[in-house]
Amino acid sequence: MDWLQVLVFPTIRALILIFVLLTGFAYLTWYERKLLARFQIRYGPNRAGKYGLLQPAADAVKAFFKEEIIPNHVDKPVYLLAPALALAPALIIWAVIPIAKGIPAIADVNIGFLWILAVAGIESYGVILAGWSSNNNYSLLGALRSAAQMVSYELPLGLFLVSILILAGSFSLVELVESTRLWWEWIWLWLAFPFFFICILAETNRSPFDLPETENELVAGFQTEYGGMKFALFFMAEYINMITTSAIMATLFFGGWKGPFAEEIIWLGPIYLVIKVVLLLFLFIWVRASIGRPRYDQLMKFCWQFMLPLGLVYMSISAVLAVFLK
Amino acid sequence: MSVSLNPVHFDLFFLLVAAVCLAAALGVVMSRQPVHSALFLLTNFATLAVLYITLEAQFLAAAQVIVYAGGIVILILFVIMLIGGDTNDFTAAQRIWSRIVGVALGVILLLAISYSALLRMTPPPDDAAALLQGGTPKAVGIALFTDYVLPFELIAILLLVALIGALVLGRQPEGAGEGIPSVKVGD
Repeated sequence: MDWLQVLVFPTIRALILIFVLLTGFAYLTWYERKLLARFQIRYGPNRAGKYGLLQPAADAVKAFFKEEIIPNHVDKPVYLLAPALALAPALIIWAVIPIAKGIPAIADVNIGFLWILAVAGIESYGVILAGWSSNNNYSLLGALRSAAQMVSYELPLGLFLVSILILAGSFSLVELVESTRLWWEWIWLWLAFPFFFICILAETNRSPFDLPETENELVAGFQTEYGGMKFALFFMAEYINMITTSAIMATLFFGGWKGPFAEEIIWLGPIYLVIKVVLLLFLFIWVRASIGRPRYDQLMKFCWQFMLPLGLVYMSISAVLAVFLK
Repeated sequence: MSVSLNPVHFDLFFLLVAAVCLAAALGVVMSRQPVHSALFLLTNFATLAVLYITLEAQFLAAAQVIVYAGGIVILILFVIMLIGGDTNDFTAAQRIWSRIVGVALGVILLLAISYSALLRMTPPPDDAAALLQGGTPKAVGIALFTDYVLPFELIAILLLVALIGALVLGRQPEGAGEGIPSVKVGD
């Protein structure tokens, strides 16, 4: 059936994916709180269920039953739209990420890389609009910081993506993972990983680059006027973004679903991907626990005076390598 | 894409997307609040990208989203937020005049476009499917760096000039910002 192929199957796949991601989000909050507690020699959540494993469920119930408050001074349609716009890009980027041999999450399009760049481009809308529609100086300042930060760090991020693309020779992420790389390609690629990771930290507004919501300067930045479920949506957006970007980094730098026997046994692919994502998420939390926040001008200076030239040099060398060694 | 829609479904889909696109375009000019206008513009760009994808021009669709949605509308929002687009900047008489002139220009543009479109309308060629393969990144890249390499380089220089111009205009004079701890002159 025509419409079954076009509409129903992708919808079911998308719903399963969203369910998995939302569960992942819930347990990522638990994972982060437990890890942060360990870094600070505390126990972390340990009351709800064994090892506090029911804590995410308790948090969800709490967020659902909070009173929905919409302040009088906000621009109502945009104020309500912003949390949804923040969450949606984090989910739709998953469409092109391969989860097993030959199987993308939703679709194998020939613009996989560009899809990532495009979605990264619209990611900042939720934050900007939240800040503006809240009609509050702290929110607006947070939003402006965030917009400048995300737009700036998109440039080096894009340059590193283009370099990987030049070496891979295909826009499709499914083909990227399946192609065999030479040993020097892996080494060259891993040299870029720390810098790519820094860009990702800035793009996801994660600590140490969480300047849009610095609590000691801007109350809570762009999300000051949000409460209850609407705040939970922003929270969700940030954490699902962490999962999504970890999956992208696993796909680009660490072979995605690849692992021992993953080619023969299809269902091992997603498991390897999840293991790699969990390890990368550990990196996010490790950085948050260890590094303090830079000043805002330091952040921008670092991007424009260090990351961007570095990205350009890296891209040029990648192009030369691709022409002469492949 | 391996799955293809049958023509009737395709037409329905096109009508739906085109309707959203037009409604968003109307929203851009009709809303009083500049930020709402910018958001309608964003919707318009997004639906245009969807239409490009239905024409198998994936690269164009991605570029549309990256450049317009990811860059230009954000800059527009930035300007509105910093300058604060006040809706009461115009008097009632100015508003009426802007409406008359706007509608007149719109009608002229519409007539010109429909005239030239109707004049040149030909049935699609038999090898339309093959021609439509031109939308892939590879085809666009090859075209850009062979047939159109001179215009491409000229545009690159133009953009560089604009970039340097913006830098020169936006540069702080010596000594400005002194005393503000976060702005260190000559640092």
